[in-house]
Amino acid sequence: MNSDLTRATATELAEALANKTVSSVEVTQAHLHRIAAVDEQVHAYLHVDAEGALAAARSVDDRRAAGEQLPTLAGVPIAVKDVLATRGMPTTCGSRTLQGWVPPYDATVVARLRAEGLPLLGKTNMDEFAMGSSTEHSAYGPTRNPWDLERIPGGSGGGSSAAVASFQAPLAIGTDTGGSIRQPAAVTGSVGTKPTYGGVSRYGLVALASSLDQAGPCARTVLDTALLHAVMAGHDPMDSTSIDAPVPPVVEAARAGQVRGMKVGVVRELGGAGYQPGVRARFDEAVQLLVQAGAEVLEVSCPSFDYALAAYYLILPSEASSNLAKFDAMRYGLRVAPGGVDDPSAEQVMAASREAGFGPEVKRRIILGTYALSSGYYDAYYGSAQKVRTLIAQDFERAFEQVDVLVSPTAPTTAFRFGDKLDDPMAMYLNDIATIPANLAGVPGMSLPSGLADEDGLPAGIQILAPAMRDERLYSVGAALERALVDRWGGLLLDRVPQLDGTAVKGA
Amino acid sequence: MTTTSTSTDEVMDYDEAIARFDPVMGLEVHVELNTATKMFCGCATAFGAPPNSQVCPVCLGLPGALPVVNATAVESAIRIGLALHCEIAPWCRFARKNYFYPDMPKNFQTSQYDEPISFDGWLDVEVEDGAGGTEIFRVEIERAHMEEDTGKSLHIGGATGRIQGADYSLVDYNRAGIPLIEIVTKPIAGAGERAPEVARAYVSALRDLMRALDVSDVKMEQGSMRCDANVSLRVRAGDGPTSAAQLDVPLGTRTETKNVNSLRSVERAVRYEIARHAAVLAGGGSILQETRHWHEDTGVTTSGREKSDAEDYRYFPEPDLVPVAPSRERVEALRQTLPEPPAERRRRLQTDWGYSDLEMRDVVNAGALELIEQTVALGASAQAARKWWLGEPSRRANGAAQDLVAYAAQLGFAPADVAALEGMVVAGRLNDSMARQVLDGVLDGEGHPVQVADARGLELVQDDAALEAAVEQVIAANPDVADKIRGGKAQAAGALIGQVMKATKGQADAGKARELILAKLQ
Ligand SMILES: [Zn+2]
Repeated sequence: MNSDLTRATATELAEALANKTVSSVEVTQAHLHRIAAVDEQVHAYLHVDAEGALAAARSVDDRRAAGEQLPTLAGVPIAVKDVLATRGMPTTCGSRTLQGWVPPYDATVVARLRAEGLPLLGKTNMDEFAMGSSTEHSAYGPTRNPWDLERIPGGSGGGSSAAVASFQAPLAIGTDTGGSIRQPAAVTGSVGTKPTYGGVSRYGLVALASSLDQAGPCARTVLDTALLHAVMAGHDPMDSTSIDAPVPPVVEAARAGQVRGMKVGVVRELGGAGYQPGVRARFDEAVQLLVQAGAEVLEVSCPSFDYALAAYYLILPSEASSNLAKFDAMRYGLRVAPGGVDDPSAEQVMAASREAGFGPEVKRRIILGTYALSSGYYDAYYGSAQKVRTLIAQDFERAFEQVDVLVSPTAPTTAFRFGDKLDDPMAMYLNDIATIPANLAGVPGMSLPSGLADEDGLPAGIQILAPAMRDERLYSVGAALERALVDRWGGLLLDRVPQLDGTAVKGA
Repeated sequence: MTTTSTSTDEVMDYDEAIARFDPVMGLEVHVELNTATKMFCGCATAFGAPPNSQVCPVCLGLPGALPVVNATAVESAIRIGLALHCEIAPWCRFARKNYFYPDMPKNFQTSQYDEPISFDGWLDVEVEDGAGGTEIFRVEIERAHMEEDTGKSLHIGGATGRIQGADYSLVDYNRAGIPLIEIVTKPIAGAGERAPEVARAYVSALRDLMRALDVSDVKMEQGSMRCDANVSLRVRAGDGPTSAAQLDVPLGTRTETKNVNSLRSVERAVRYEIARHAAVLAGGGSILQETRHWHEDTGVTTSGREKSDAEDYRYFPEPDLVPVAPSRERVEALRQTLPEPPAERRRRLQTDWGYSDLEMRDVVNAGALELIEQTVALGASAQAARKWWLGEPSRRANGAAQDLVAYAAQLGFAPADVAALEGMVVAGRLNDSMARQVLDGVLDGEGHPVQVADARGLELVQDDAALEAAVEQVIAANPDVADKIRGGKAQAAGALIGQVMKATKGQADAGKARELILAKLQ
């Protein structure tokens, strides 16, 4: 294992912890030092809980010293996207409106992390209420891409992906409503999975769009991602949409990394015009590697995908407009008195607080959604979008009758510069064109690095999609491809990420 | 909430209003289910708990919290639907009703919209036929759907007790998330002048049904059953309210009267709105489609917020919940659990008890049916049970403006007490007048009937020696009267009997005293 504990994978750390060659306190402390050294530049974290993380680490070390058999990832620290409720730790969703809000309860995912002994390093930055593809919509300032600090780390979960890509955490939790795990993974050279809708509990995930949101794992390798996936997933009676079925064997699939005999479909509609040549080139090479590894590759068509973006931007704002209604300054969150009003009514306080608490992108989507659900427009907008959604699900069904998995570039481009798309919402939205269909259909998807684009030397990602509840196929294909790519590169892509100015911390 | 509102609205004489217009109603009744936990979380539902003590992240709508449907509430909803002769949807969803209000934690209410769990039913209600009997009026049910209650606001300061103008408001979220069933009728036409009576009878019948199903406390005074009354008028046509010509006339603009919290109010509020609408229409005006607030104290409605097209709840299917899809087998199994319909039960009991129609109506109006049924089960005769319950207890309950069941429960006065009282009468220990004294004592809180009779020393004198002594004493004290009786004037014995009763403090058997007097003097 690398002597710098922050460079080790979660798998390596878990092994070292189990063998007692390193303690959780040492691993956690190493990451806290790394955060202190580099996060001023990256701004992956909105909140760091050094004390809580070290206490959790000590507890794991004590239990292990006492001879207790601990879960695989016990003692491996983790970062959590600030959209998941954490008892006793601020949860802001990247919004001014929730500044300083400390939930009285843990999200189910967070409770599982705690139960399995993963010290929580802190909460990661994100676009406000997960609306965005760049973290530029965070009320607390953007996260910077460790590959180029002038560029976006993707979004909305840019904080989580940048944290793992800059070695500030070996693992992180993200959430993915239209690509918010996969697109940041792609542009930071890391790995991320959006599990099957219902595969991971949404209880305590502050909803953006309830029917699309799904929490998932972020890491630097496919196996690490699988280990975290296994911890997060499983039925939760607190979430009615949670699937009551065994967790797919993701860890076994990642360890085997077997693609021989599998049929891989290249989606014709994802990868044409609008895709950066370097992204396209790395994708084609990755597909060739799958062929060499024994997969059969064929092209499949999913014609309804062309309407996915339009449908998504009706369904998401509609649900979001309702989900965000609770932020009214009555019970929690920012409360602002309207200017020039002596004796404001509750209604006026609600309006003034929402005006002050929400950023422009959130307001844009609330207005869109309110409009789309309005009487007289419902059928034309929300109703039609739901029909498109059904068609997209049917496209997937037909495709999966022919192939085991589908692949595409994760995002059309590599990381763009700050401000490039801030004034052009449509250009920003187009970043999620390849990731959105999976959310609309509820199927699982993974992004892993495919290489660096020739034109800018920045990471590109390949996306793998599988049928619902067949998440293990992502890991079979992902691990096989990763093995081939690592062989070719002579190491992980992230080994090439710039060092940043921080001094690496040596392990014990 | 203290609201004293008078209205300056013109009203027309009711008879004249009915002579000129045909009323049509729509009644929306909210029934709070008596499940142990809330609709979407595990919080308790007990009434009267300290404010905000029965809350959790789910019913407070904290960010991230998610609802889970209460299976018992769904079961109750299905049983209610079946009892109302509704179709039960094989598949239905919840929907979000979006609007902002401080007592709604999420600023949307999880309800049902175009996919209610039950729909297309009916309920027969009994109304007086004008000839001393009863007649059945069928009220058609549009739907009965599931939803959650809101929190409860208390607006402090201001003149109206409403949020506008209040200094501040307090919100208790204990009620937020309590399961509700909203039962909506189809337009109720054809009732004519009896519309207010039909409205009351319908709500009363619903209340009986909910009680029989044991799905709700149905306490209107506590808000566990609430009624909104929609009223509209249309011009008279044809030869009566049920004539085809009348039913063809399009409906007029309706108003929705809220805050109608007793059976009596339902009748009065409908009657008032008919008279008010009639005055507006007769004066050439038009009815504003709006919410009206009923004021129990002054007996009028006042204008609430205007309800117009501007009110758009932006309903859409609740994405945090999965559809409710009760199997046919489950529905049929629940059908087997339905109780005897209250009206049928009443008919059966009337026959069993041999009550006249008038007696039965008095019993039902007094709310004494269950009490009498239990008293009879404890051995009392039906006539005696009716006599005791409808006597002093009913008088006192009325005086306290309480219904008989609540009054008796609060006092701890049970059917067993009435059965014991009547038992003492049948056994010859008490005569009627003594039994009434015992009942007074019991209702005054002096204890159970036997205790009261003992404590007050109430017991018919059965001891012949004591009676004989009293008789001799009275004869000796009244030689003139005794002579008259000796002379053959037996009717003079009455004066002596009265004195014997007085001497024995009323505990003598008057008949026996007479026998003794006559035996001694003839
Ligand atoms: Zn609750």
